[in-house]
Amino acid sequence: MEIRPIFASLRKHRIPALLIVLEIALACAVLCNAVFMISQRVSDIGLPSAIDEQGLVSVTLRGTDDKLVASEIPRNLAALRGIAGVQQAAITSSLPLSTNNWGWSFGVNPDSVIANQKNINVSLYFIGENGDKALGLHVLQGRFFNGDELADSKFDTAPLPETHAVVMTHAAAENFWPGQSALGKTIYSKPYYYTVVGVVEDVLRPNVSTTNTRKSYDAVYFPMSAAGSKGALSYYILRGAPQDRDRIMREAEQKLAELNPGAVAKGQTYMDIREKYFANMSSMAWMLVLVCVVMLAVTAFGIVGLTSFWVGQRRRQIGIRRAVGATRGHIMQYFQTENFLLSTAGVALGMVLAFGINIYLMQHYEMSRMPWYYLPGGALALWLLGQASVFGPAQKAASVPPVVATRSV
Amino acid sequence: MFGYYLDLALRSLKRNKVLTALMVIAIAVGIGASMTTLTVVHLLSGDPIPDKSGVLYFPQVDPENPPRADHTEPYPAMDYRSAMDLWNAHRADRQALVTSSSTKVRASDTGKPPLILSLLSTTADFFPMFEVPFQYGSGWSAEDDARHSHVAVISHDLNNKLFGGANSVGRSLRVRDTDVRIVGVLKPWRPTPLFYDPWSQNFSKTEDVFAPFTSSLEINDGNFQPYTCWHVPDDTRHLQNADCVWVWLWAELDSPAKARAYASFLADYAEQQKTMARFATGKDHVRLRNVMTLLTARGMVPDDVRLQAWLAFAFLVICLFNAVGLLLAKFLRRSGEIGVRRALGASQRAIFSQCLVEAGVIGLLGGFFGWLLTLLGLWLVRQQPVDYAHLAHVDTAMFFATFATAVAASLLAGLIPALRASRVAPGWQLKAL
Repeated sequence: MEIRPIFASLRKHRIPALLIVLEIALACAVLCNAVFMISQRVSDIGLPSAIDEQGLVSVTLRGTDDKLVASEIPRNLAALRGIAGVQQAAITSSLPLSTNNWGWSFGVNPDSVIANQKNINVSLYFIGENGDKALGLHVLQGRFFNGDELADSKFDTAPLPETHAVVMTHAAAENFWPGQSALGKTIYSKPYYYTVVGVVEDVLRPNVSTTNTRKSYDAVYFPMSAAGSKGALSYYILRGAPQDRDRIMREAEQKLAELNPGAVAKGQTYMDIREKYFANMSSMAWMLVLVCVVMLAVTAFGIVGLTSFWVGQRRRQIGIRRAVGATRGHIMQYFQTENFLLSTAGVALGMVLAFGINIYLMQHYEMSRMPWYYLPGGALALWLLGQASVFGPAQKAASVPPVVATRSV
Repeated sequence: MFGYYLDLALRSLKRNKVLTALMVIAIAVGIGASMTTLTVVHLLSGDPIPDKSGVLYFPQVDPENPPRADHTEPYPAMDYRSAMDLWNAHRADRQALVTSSSTKVRASDTGKPPLILSLLSTTADFFPMFEVPFQYGSGWSAEDDARHSHVAVISHDLNNKLFGGANSVGRSLRVRDTDVRIVGVLKPWRPTPLFYDPWSQNFSKTEDVFAPFTSSLEINDGNFQPYTCWHVPDDTRHLQNADCVWVWLWAELDSPAKARAYASFLADYAEQQKTMARFATGKDHVRLRNVMTLLTARGMVPDDVRLQAWLAFAFLVICLFNAVGLLLAKFLRRSGEIGVRRALGASQRAIFSQCLVEAGVIGLLGGFFGWLLTLLGLWLVRQQPVDYAHLAHVDTAMFFATFATAVAASLLAGLIPALRASRVAPGWQLKAL
């Protein structure tokens, strides 16, 4: 295909051609970045967490009397275990993605104090008997807490419990002692120290950072007795079959409300907790999808409109070309090639622009670098879009009969 | 002439309905998307208390000792001792200590189940300072603060929930384990953002129960949570002596001179604490910001919303390019007609204004449909589970802004095509006819 005549004709329509190129460039730049943002959010929403999310139900019980919890918690748990379909029930201080975070920072040296720069900030989960089974934790190394550790752990007036055994996630263990086994090692926050008795598969923190997922799993489990919990334990967790979870949630909420008339019981399935945590993110992702679709539609309309106009303007020339021997295919090809050239210029500019926007977003917003393949991906999408939208007008052009050449206007 | 141009414009728009529709849709979609996000940004970055935002100040000092190396800004809260020292100095026209905690609340005589609510502990000046509107009763007095009175003010929502909206002043409310007397019921009040709580991006509701700082520290003892600590507190239940920040101080300073005086008082205090070795950093980490500067410094507009605004802007530009291209096509297609008019004596200016009128009509149509799309977009935002969703509605300013933007955008888009059209050489076009 000879492209010189196309260039000659585009030179005559410099402004419209430039506009199409700019429109494609902007669309390409926005598309690349928007799709990248969507993919980031989708991967955030799907952050894995090694607990039985499908079958887990939580009921928070707040406003209880700290002096009575020693007898109330075992009684409540016994009642919850009586609900049909409940395989295990336990109590804990918080859940992954519940936004109820209790953070603390520890170091690996005996003289580490809380304000040390090199300390690692972790989320603390206090958990009662059978908590590992109720959550569905996977112990990778060592063991979960034994009966003595659970029974002896209590809060005094200080914010950390009087115990010396902890279980931490694999990610936290890697952050404290990279490349080493954490079993038997000790974390310090003077005057407190805790020895790792077990390592579990990664569980998310109550709040996660979306920019630094490496820190999203720094969680440490502490044993806690009902008697010594001083109000720290308020999440009753129940595990059952996924299809039973809604019924279990309702019955458990009702049962706890009946047993504790002075307190406030609120039930949620774990899937609701996760959905609620990421609700903002998923609505933003849907908004971005909507923007991309409408933007591509507008760009396509622009191409259709302008090409239709060009076709209308060149009816006579098309007729002449047809009269002197050009086939319908040649006419089609002409417009398709023209669009290909414009799209190529557009996406070339667009890729540079997309890269620039990404750099700007990295500096001003919580964004990471866009992988390179988004650029050719966006370019390909706009090429295809251009070809698809030029197809209709090009076909109309090809259907111009050669006899047009013999008529004046 | 304008009437004639309008007539011509309408005729020309009718002649090629598909092209007209494409242009109107392009402008409408661009306007709809950008106005939706602009409205959200406008509402989120708005002034929560326009009459007084210039005289309400948020003093900050930095009690962290030893300091963290990467710490360049003081925390958006104070430790109890600094807050009390500054409050007791009474250097401001009005001042309020504020902190919030969660507690169990029930109205014993209504038989309704207990609720877990946020309790705002503050001092008497809070209500006049922040222009809090009352439905029934009033706030408490400075004397109530000093006497540790068991009184409370409740929100409109809570009054509806517990007392069915009746005047509940004088009735009793059980906050945790203590009975307090209701002295005031608020009208619906929701400053947006919730500026007096600068801990985080916050478009949530106000607290439901307000009680004197002094007495609520006793009533809800042990339920106060620190923002952060730099030493392990000996007793987490009593933060009064702990090295933790958890209290906010607000000051009303009616004139710039008073604000300057207060700033130097604050700096002196920090320096004095530094010489006493209680603070590690003196006046370098002293801040005295008014409401809007505080909101800007804390970045109250969520990142997502700002990103959306950029996106919408890029979108509008794409739509504009689109409109320019299509208008150009449309005008130049009529080159013959324009040539005849020029030959008959129409000036370049006349052609130019005729084209602009046509562009303006498209803009108005685009604006109208764009406005409908904005309403749809804001409705979509309201359906989102975000804490600012309730804000999303069109106000008159944004309504007019929508039309102004639409017409301006289409006139801008019509500029190049109109210029090109008015430069059509009449002779050349006539020859071609």
